[in-house]
Amino acid sequence: MLVLQAIIEGILIGGFYALMAGGLTLVFGVMDIVNFAQGILVVLGAYLSYALFTHLSLDPFLSLLITLPGMFLIGVAVYWSMIRPIKRDRVIMSLLVMFAVGTIIEGILDLIFTSNLVQIHTSYVNSSVKVGSLVFADIYLYAFAMAVVLLAGVYYLLYRTRFGRSLRASMQNPTAARLVGINTDWVSAFTLGIGVALAAAGGMVFGLTNSFDAASSYDLISRVLAIVIFGGFGSLTGALLASVIMLSIEDVVAVVWSPTWSQTMFYVVLVLVLLARPQGLLGRKAVRAQ
Amino acid sequence: MTALDVTPVGAAAPEHIPYEPPRAIRWSGTGLVLVCLAAFPLVFPNPAVTQIAVTTMIYLVAAAGWNIFSGYSGYISIGHAAYYGIGQYTVALIVMHAKIAAGWDTFTLLPVAGVVSAILAVPIGFLLLRVRKHTFIILTVAMMFILQSLAFNFSWWTNGSGGLELPPATWQGSFYNEPFYYVGLAAAVVACAVSWWVRRSKYGLGLLSIRDDEDRAQGLGIHVTSSKLIAYAASAFFVGVAGGLYAPFIGSVYPQFGFDPLFDLAVAVVVFVGGIGTLSGPVIGALLLVPVQGYFYLQFGSENLFLIAYGVLFILILRLLPGGIAPAVTQLWRRVLVVRQQRQAALARSGPGPAPALGGDEVAR
Repeated sequence: MLVLQAIIEGILIGGFYALMAGGLTLVFGVMDIVNFAQGILVVLGAYLSYALFTHLSLDPFLSLLITLPGMFLIGVAVYWSMIRPIKRDRVIMSLLVMFAVGTIIEGILDLIFTSNLVQIHTSYVNSSVKVGSLVFADIYLYAFAMAVVLLAGVYYLLYRTRFGRSLRASMQNPTAARLVGINTDWVSAFTLGIGVALAAAGGMVFGLTNSFDAASSYDLISRVLAIVIFGGFGSLTGALLASVIMLSIEDVVAVVWSPTWSQTMFYVVLVLVLLARPQGLLGRKAVRAQ
Repeated sequence: MTALDVTPVGAAAPEHIPYEPPRAIRWSGTGLVLVCLAAFPLVFPNPAVTQIAVTTMIYLVAAAGWNIFSGYSGYISIGHAAYYGIGQYTVALIVMHAKIAAGWDTFTLLPVAGVVSAILAVPIGFLLLRVRKHTFIILTVAMMFILQSLAFNFSWWTNGSGGLELPPATWQGSFYNEPFYYVGLAAAVVACAVSWWVRRSKYGLGLLSIRDDEDRAQGLGIHVTSSKLIAYAASAFFVGVAGGLYAPFIGSVYPQFGFDPLFDLAVAVVVFVGGIGTLSGPVIGALLLVPVQGYFYLQFGSENLFLIAYGVLFILILRLLPGGIAPAVTQLWRRVLVVRQQRQAALARSGPGPAPALGGDEVAR
């Protein structure tokens, strides 16, 4: 029974990890950029919701109406000011630039909010529901529902709109996309915006379920990167599957063995899977550049 | 366009212009830097300054070692803190169990720390080097976190989050930093010498060809797997030595500071700023960035302003000198040569008699 509970809980938590990982994998797919700042952007989202909750007593889920567009604009701005001017060695350079951006954001957050751990304490943060002998925290259910809604939105955007078609075209072949008249610059800017906005949503839940400070970002980014690699870089569905699988495994290990080993298992599973399948679960096999 | 593309430096100048300054300038420059480094603690004996100097040396050893693998083979590792931690724990555990006297004897353990790191790097590298590009980068990070959590969890051995204490060195007071500095300098010289040898050897050319096109290199008969593995172990050796020097210097070992994700990034950043895959890049990067980092830390005190300043500085360097400082200098040098050659050609056209060609031996190189 404990194991079943752990698996379901892992799936619920995996839902909001999928938000952060989905943002990262989309950005990678379109621009070939490993967004190293995703971890600190998640924490930024958490702090924004925290600030809106403590100062304006705005419910964190409602605060998304402000933070999502705000973070979207941040993503677009970062693209135009930081990524677009890079001319050579874009892949490595953009990784370093995003790292530097992350460092600056971390410094600013640390300056404003100090390094004391905080958590968003809403009224429903500690309540839970009982299903048979299983107990679930309300917050995880809400978060999961929100993740499903947002991810459904992203899927709709990707597969049912003109913008989505441009985005997928830029993913498959940027040069050809430009040739048929797609403005890949704007597609890239919007994609980074969407990725960052998803990080904000994930961050809001992270802030509700964990106490955090600016330094939490290192743990987050390494986990999210692990999930993205596990699912296959550039594959949104892969990222969803991977989040759910990885978090379930971690929860099950914590229950049947010991919480101190769950983190280790998380990475051990990653290494094992990648040795068998280097492109990740649903990743495309790397085609050799000619 | 792959992750590991490295645009040829100074592509603007014609191919026959040499890529580096003449030998006399190179050797005298190296000698000058060495003399300055050797004299540094004598000129600035202030402990606050020499402490930064020791840290600089530790980073220099690690950066030069990291560059041997990641710079030359193009496989970017941001998990080399794994060997930094292994080096630290090796020294700490041997000092504890073998009752090595504090002080000079501790330094004899540096090669041991390096060898243990290199030996452990062989099976780890064998696993990791099966994948390429981004996947490799992430796997190195994952491996580092696995080792970190092992250090947390094997508490009967490593004392977990409690960490290990090393006895302080026997020398005291304002002289405390100097021995660490000179041992660090010696290790840095060895690391750079190995890096120089690799860069000049046929083996090193093999590594560079792996960076440019691994499949083609294999087709040309380079043993890619063993080449990469040897370079990986060699770089692990030097990062382990850096860890082995850091542990007695600080006097304690903790999992989160031994297997430190920030160290991973710092070493990579140092090499990128200096110029990845170049011989002088790690030296320039370490001598520039680490003291600046230390100065910011002393100046701004609190961590956050330091982070902001560091990030802004980093973006500025990336914006102004993409590819790093060393390649930018080379490019400038080549441009000077091109201008000089054009001027000579113009002279030859207008003036009487054939003009001497630009230094014949240089063109031949």
